Amino acid sequence: MNRLIRRALLAALFALLLAACGQATPMDSFAPAGPEAHRILDLTTPVFIIAGVIFLLVEAAIVFAVWKFRDRGDGVEPKQIHGNNRLELIWTIIPALILAGVAIPTVKAVVDLTTRPSGGLEVKVTGHQWWFEFQYPDQDITTGTVLVIPVGTPVDLEMTSADVVHSFWVPRLAGKRDVIPGQTTYLKLQSDEIGEYWGQCAEFCGLGHANMRIRVQVVSQQDFDAWVADQEQPAVEPADGTPAAAGKDLFLNKGCTSCHVIDGVSDSAQVVAPNLTHIASRDVIAGGSLNFTEDDLKAWLANPPAMKPGSYMPNLHLSSDDIDSLIAYLETLK
Amino acid sequence: MTSIATGGVFRRRIPATGFWSWVTTVDHKRIAKLYGYTGFVFFIVGGLEALLIRLQLARPENAFITPAEYNSLFTMHGTTMIFLVVMPLAAAFMNYLLPLMLGARDVAFPRLNALGYWFFLGGGVVLYSSYILATAGVPAGGFLPDTISRLGSAANGGWFMYPPNSGVQFSPGSVIDFWLVGIALAGVGSLVSSVNLLTTIFNLRAPGMSLMKMPVFAWMSMVVNFLLLFSIPIITVAIFMLIFDRQFGTSFFEASGGGDPVLYQHLFWLFGHPEVYILILPAMGIVSEVLPVFSRKPLFGYAAVVFAGIAIGFLGFGVWAHHMFASGIGPITQAAFGISTMTIAIPTGIKVFNWIATMWGGKLRFTAPMLFAIGFVAMFTIGGLSGVTHSIVPADWQQTDTYYVVAHFHYVLFGGAMFGIFAGLYYWFPKLTGRMYQERLAKYHFWLMFIGFNLTFAPMHYLGLMGMARRTYTYPAGIGLDFWNLMSTIGAFLIASSVLLFMANWINSRRRGALAPTDPWDARTLEWSIPSPPPEYNFGEVPTVRSLDDFWHQKYDEDDAGRSTRRPDADTHIAELTEKHLHPAHHPHLPSPSAFPPLAGLSALGLAFGLLYHATLVGQVLIGLSVLGLLASFLSWSREPLEENM
Amino acid sequence: MTAHTETSTGIDTRKLGMWAFLSSEALFFGALITNYLLFKGRDLQGIHPRELLNIPFTSVSSFVLLMSSLTMVLAHAALTRNDQRATRGWLLATAALGATFIGGQVYEFSNFYREGMTLSTNPASSSFFVLTGFHGAHVTVGVLLLLSLVGWSLLRGGLTFEHGLNLELVGLYWHFVDIVWIVIFTVVYLIR
Repeated sequence: MNRLIRRALLAALFALLLAACGQATPMDSFAPAGPEAHRILDLTTPVFIIAGVIFLLVEAAIVFAVWKFRDRGDGVEPKQIHGNNRLELIWTIIPALILAGVAIPTVKAVVDLTTRPSGGLEVKVTGHQWWFEFQYPDQDITTGTVLVIPVGTPVDLEMTSADVVHSFWVPRLAGKRDVIPGQTTYLKLQSDEIGEYWGQCAEFCGLGHANMRIRVQVVSQQDFDAWVADQEQPAVEPADGTPAAAGKDLFLNKGCTSCHVIDGVSDSAQVVAPNLTHIASRDVIAGGSLNFTEDDLKAWLANPPAMKPGSYMPNLHLSSDDIDSLIAYLETLK
Repeated sequence: MTSIATGGVFRRRIPATGFWSWVTTVDHKRIAKLYGYTGFVFFIVGGLEALLIRLQLARPENAFITPAEYNSLFTMHGTTMIFLVVMPLAAAFMNYLLPLMLGARDVAFPRLNALGYWFFLGGGVVLYSSYILATAGVPAGGFLPDTISRLGSAANGGWFMYPPNSGVQFSPGSVIDFWLVGIALAGVGSLVSSVNLLTTIFNLRAPGMSLMKMPVFAWMSMVVNFLLLFSIPIITVAIFMLIFDRQFGTSFFEASGGGDPVLYQHLFWLFGHPEVYILILPAMGIVSEVLPVFSRKPLFGYAAVVFAGIAIGFLGFGVWAHHMFASGIGPITQAAFGISTMTIAIPTGIKVFNWIATMWGGKLRFTAPMLFAIGFVAMFTIGGLSGVTHSIVPADWQQTDTYYVVAHFHYVLFGGAMFGIFAGLYYWFPKLTGRMYQERLAKYHFWLMFIGFNLTFAPMHYLGLMGMARRTYTYPAGIGLDFWNLMSTIGAFLIASSVLLFMANWINSRRRGALAPTDPWDARTLEWSIPSPPPEYNFGEVPTVRSLDDFWHQKYDEDDAGRSTRRPDADTHIAELTEKHLHPAHHPHLPSPSAFPPLAGLSALGLAFGLLYHATLVGQVLIGLSVLGLLASFLSWSREPLEENM
Repeated sequence: MTAHTETSTGIDTRKLGMWAFLSSEALFFGALITNYLLFKGRDLQGIHPRELLNIPFTSVSSFVLLMSSLTMVLAHAALTRNDQRATRGWLLATAALGATFIGGQVYEFSNFYREGMTLSTNPASSSFFVLTGFHGAHVTVGVLLLLSLVGWSLLRGGLTFEHGLNLELVGLYWHFVDIVWIVIFTVVYLIR
């Protein structure tokens, strides 16, 4: 039994080492890229170490007891010990002290991490079934699924939901926070490393829960300003006679305008579906579950409910030519 | 075959053997078997649901089952394992053992006891009928590629059923209602049972058995039943409110109508957290009985273990919002619940240390019950430690709703509760059946289950921290989740194989196992002083108890060094006891079987279905008939004397 | 398992069971009352219960229910004197007072519905109706229990000690339901 346990432990350790040494995966909470996620890991690491030590001590005690006190058939009965008050006191007080020691930095971290940042970027997040909407009130931008933020800037997320309870979670940047209809919740996050970080809705919200994803793109301040300037432009007008123009006509006539907004082309009183004005500037579609590529766009437009069962976007039974034209149009919307 | 007449409105002869004798039984040992076998069948079903889940998750972006089917399966898996497996199996142990351990002939309210079982079965039937009868829907405005299969038509809002997702707008159709009604019915069954068992523990102890001379299992059962008594009403209120929101247009949890979805979460977890202690304490009680017997030493720190259990029960009502750290509750609330959650780790640790100290210095025999009991301590420690990491609030903001939590609760519920239950099933098998199980096969079961269990759930700690969220029917490829999901699936099939070994052992040994003596394990508590299996009345003569572990002290003295010395007359004493209990001087009076608990149970089942179909004429008629049935059953029940004069 | 057996606590087993059940009911009503308290202060659309509550009327019906506890005590006292006729009389009086209380609730609620406050108007009205509705259901069950005691007494020519225990148990239940009403009346009607 000892050999088996030893082998298993080594295997696990090896796997963990591999994970640690390799490139950080996009949602690795052990690879924080910002102060909030760092703070959490700084708190978690010593706690995990303490827990690991306790684990080793307790399991070692069990293994030792099992080996040392096994019945060897010598016929000697053990002493009938009923207890030891001093031991009881010791193993009550020591854990209490350890926990008290852990509690203090925990409470401090809770207070610090829930204090909203002053200055920085404000973004309003709205959860929908099954995508996250992002509104930048100061820049007057509305987008979805891909959150673009400048590096090194605190971001104040003010969040709610349009339908059911969802949860906004980008592990490499911060812990998660639920978004609740009729209420506002807040999350502070920041990234100090340029790059792309993935997230996932983390509160069960129905059929599309697994497909409700987030991409945070952290760019330099310069690139962010350029992005803002692009996003503030109305939609690109396709040249006459091009497939893109045909696509735009289809967009106007096939019912897309009842849900999707394209600035300068269609408007919608209520936000129902992602804003497509600059869809081509994002590399994911369908709440982050598919990519902005020819293949995925074709599959999606051909039958949205097949790609995301429960989808609010119906199957319009578009012909393959129509789909090509629409894709051509969408690709112009940078 | 003796026939016994009952009084009351239904004058009928009720047989003492055969199918109907089981339906009308009020014998706690039979009711325990009913709970046990029914619970085990649900364990297999819940396990199959888990295997389907694991097959889907074996590969990323898999299409083995649809999202709708996945959502049904994980909802039903969780609901089944909690409400239809661990709780009834615990009820089986409490029902079987409490009178035997306390020196009583039956429980306080034998017919109420039976009623609890029938309500549990009814609840399970209603819940599972959703696979066949319920209609799942998409939220208004949503589209599906094809109709939802039967597999996808069971309750599908998660075992916690958070609104608004479980509300009528986002879950039209009837699947949620089947869950709500089924669980409400099963909950009433648990409540009824808890009233009975609490009264039994308080009032039916043998002369001389003060509370501090009671076995630890009885203490843990007491705490469990208090927890049930106080937490079931709260979930019942939450369920009623959600039913009203869905059916009668109220807006308790609808933000648009002025309601508050988070209120549901508070109500649910006010029940939900005590519930997890309800799930683990019986297993802790079992382990507290098994470890001393196979260490040949008394439980170390009996008072500490008892008081730690009481503390856990008490504190368990003060930690509920630790399930809601990410739900937008304020920082002060989060800090307070983080601290209260840390506090509950202390009595939990006390128990673990006392169990290890019990083994320390003992003479350990590694029978199957002992292996599972030791396994419990080892695995529960892991689950307990990961639980404490959850109490570090900001850490929980990463951990909650990920597979890290799934790892945690499977370590405490499977490595904990189920291992404890298997320990108990093997330990009391001789008493229950009068035969010995096959030791070698049982050891294979243990090792295969131990390996499979750890292979399934250990990687989930890692998967969660790498970003795998719960309740997702698939995950993206290439982000570090692929390999360990596959390993986890393999582990699940190892678990399933080990369960087959257990079943083979049980079925075979029941018929062909070696005959078991009264006291095969040289044990400590009263149930080992009566024949295996016990006569219907348990004790021919009610024992008088002089100490904790009284039966042990009837067999053993202690020498000057504190070691046990077997009394020369120990074996004859056991033989005399066996004879005395098998052939008592006066045949004890026993409560007669009764048709009214199953009739009331049937009426409740009818009422449940009537309510589910209340919009139809058939449903309305069913409601009317069922209410009449309930009234008639209870009236007749109260007129029926407990014992017939024979 | 009858009242004659020695019990470990000295308390009759069925009484202990009833106390256990009632403590569970206390949590049931506690959750419902808390619910009402949570919603009653919120700013909600539609008519709020506090606009329509008729304190004088409900004070009278509360008094009626309170009196029914008195008649319940008198029924028990009559049984200890073995005065079966008086017992039945007081039990019937209790049931009648309870039914009157229910009648008052029905009248009050139909008035509310006429005024435009229904079950689904807003969460405060919903909590109000659910709370008082479940309480009313409990009173109704109590009335049925009382009537069945009277029925037994008539069928058997009186209640024996064994059945006297039943009367005590029903009495415990009845007093509990009354106490819950006092809490509800205070919290819902009197404290604004």
